[in-house]
Amino acid sequence: MMKSNLLKLQQVEAYIGQFHILYDITFEVPKGEVTVLLGRNGAGKTTTLRTVMGLNPASKGSITFKEQEISSLKPHMIANRGIGYVPEDQGIFGDLTVGENIRVAMKKEDQVTTKRMEWALELFPDLKKFWNKPGGQLSGGQKQMLAIARAYVNENELLLIDEPSKGLAPIIVEKVMESIQQMKERTTILLVEQNFLMASRIGDQFYIIDDGQTVHDGQMGELKEDKVLMKKYLGIS
Amino acid sequence: MDLVFSLLINGLATGMLIFLLAAGLTLIFGLMDVLNFAHGGLFIWGAYTGVWFYQMSDSFLLAIMVSIITGLLLGLITEKLIVRPVYGNHIQQILITLGFMLVLQELIKVVFGPDQKAVFPPGWLQGSFMVGDIVIIKYRLFIIVLGFLVFFLIFFILKRTRIGLIVRAGVIDKEMIQSLGINIRFVFMLVFMVGAAMAALSGMLHAPYSGVIYAEMGLEFSILAFIVVVIGGMGSFTGSLFAALLVGLAQAFMAYYFPALSLAVNMLLMATVLIFRPQGLFRVKG
Repeated sequence: MMKSNLLKLQQVEAYIGQFHILYDITFEVPKGEVTVLLGRNGAGKTTTLRTVMGLNPASKGSITFKEQEISSLKPHMIANRGIGYVPEDQGIFGDLTVGENIRVAMKKEDQVTTKRMEWALELFPDLKKFWNKPGGQLSGGQKQMLAIARAYVNENELLLIDEPSKGLAPIIVEKVMESIQQMKERTTILLVEQNFLMASRIGDQFYIIDDGQTVHDGQMGELKEDKVLMKKYLGIS
Repeated sequence: MDLVFSLLINGLATGMLIFLLAAGLTLIFGLMDVLNFAHGGLFIWGAYTGVWFYQMSDSFLLAIMVSIITGLLLGLITEKLIVRPVYGNHIQQILITLGFMLVLQELIKVVFGPDQKAVFPPGWLQGSFMVGDIVIIKYRLFIIVLGFLVFFLIFFILKRTRIGLIVRAGVIDKEMIQSLGINIRFVFMLVFMVGAAMAALSGMLHAPYSGVIYAEMGLEFSILAFIVVVIGGMGSFTGSLFAALLVGLAQAFMAYYFPALSLAVNMLLMATVLIFRPQGLFRVKG
């Protein structure tokens, strides 16, 4: 059966200031799957996610979400279409408590949202424990959990998660990845991840970005076997 | 003892007036990253429209409302026409808001005339009363009480309501708040309007306090407000209250004990804070 695509980028280009960062990004994110963007540092993975969110607007090309063009929309409009975003720096509001960080993200306080929040808190019990603690005082891992929970509380159909393992201790990385694995059952995920081992465990399909262009794609299982490709674009031997 | 208490009341009243002006400025800077030099213009327009209505109607409380409404409307116009086109560019913001400040100042002369205007507190706020040996001037106490009421009202809104939560989050990370589906531009506009209303209220309350109003007082007062924003920590609402009271008290005591230093005391305070705590007394954490 043909999978339906939730997100589709076609020949997307983007600038940061005067610098041309994305030249030709083309990929599709099928519904219900985890799509991983791989590539070396500085290849344009983070900019790609930011471009989808409208934070770095696309200068050319097309971005469609649920078959509707979103490339000219403002970030809040894109978020309200059903896309949750976990940025590379987690974007935690340091002065706000854990509870406030979650509440500010909740678009509605109905039963569905409350249930989603409860599920997220079961997944990350630390957040419940430190509910009244300022977000800025959490550990790196706890901040990551909070950022993921915050993106999850709304009925977002797609989560963009940028480098969730970055700077975390291996045991915490394991925990974060386990939680993303569980979320995979409930939502579609577009993941940027440098930790190839983790990415290969979670991902269903991959796209490699190099110098601002998508240069290769396939099923995650295939990539693990392709040592030449891994060496060439990811520097893994 | 009664002298110290009297200076304390003086300092607190001046501090409250500066707080009302500075609080809006700090929120506007913290949330919108906008250096609004037109803030002093909103202060004088609040003073002049309020005083005009007060002298016409003899109702001081209604005049306060008129000044607040003037502030809200001018805030809306300033944000939409002057500030919105220059978001993200500090140099352009300084030039255009300073220019607009001068326009607002000159328009005062066109609309209300170039002469200074004498203003007195309403009958029920004139004079003083005694607490033991201490003389308390009613109008100064009124300013202090009203200032604290405004502080607690805004504090409550910031701490206990969803819009307050959004503003606090927006001060920390504007990009993230947009990524959560919140229209930050709309929040910017609301905050700008509230900040402008507070500046206008400050102007209106300042009128009977100083006894006279004139078009140039906005620029003089807004410099004090900028000092307070730096001392309190840019973007910190609570910081602006503490810093404003500190500046008000320092001015009152220095003016009495070391008059020669009274003009320099604010600059000295700011320089000291910048050396030892460049982020201000209250830092907003990202």
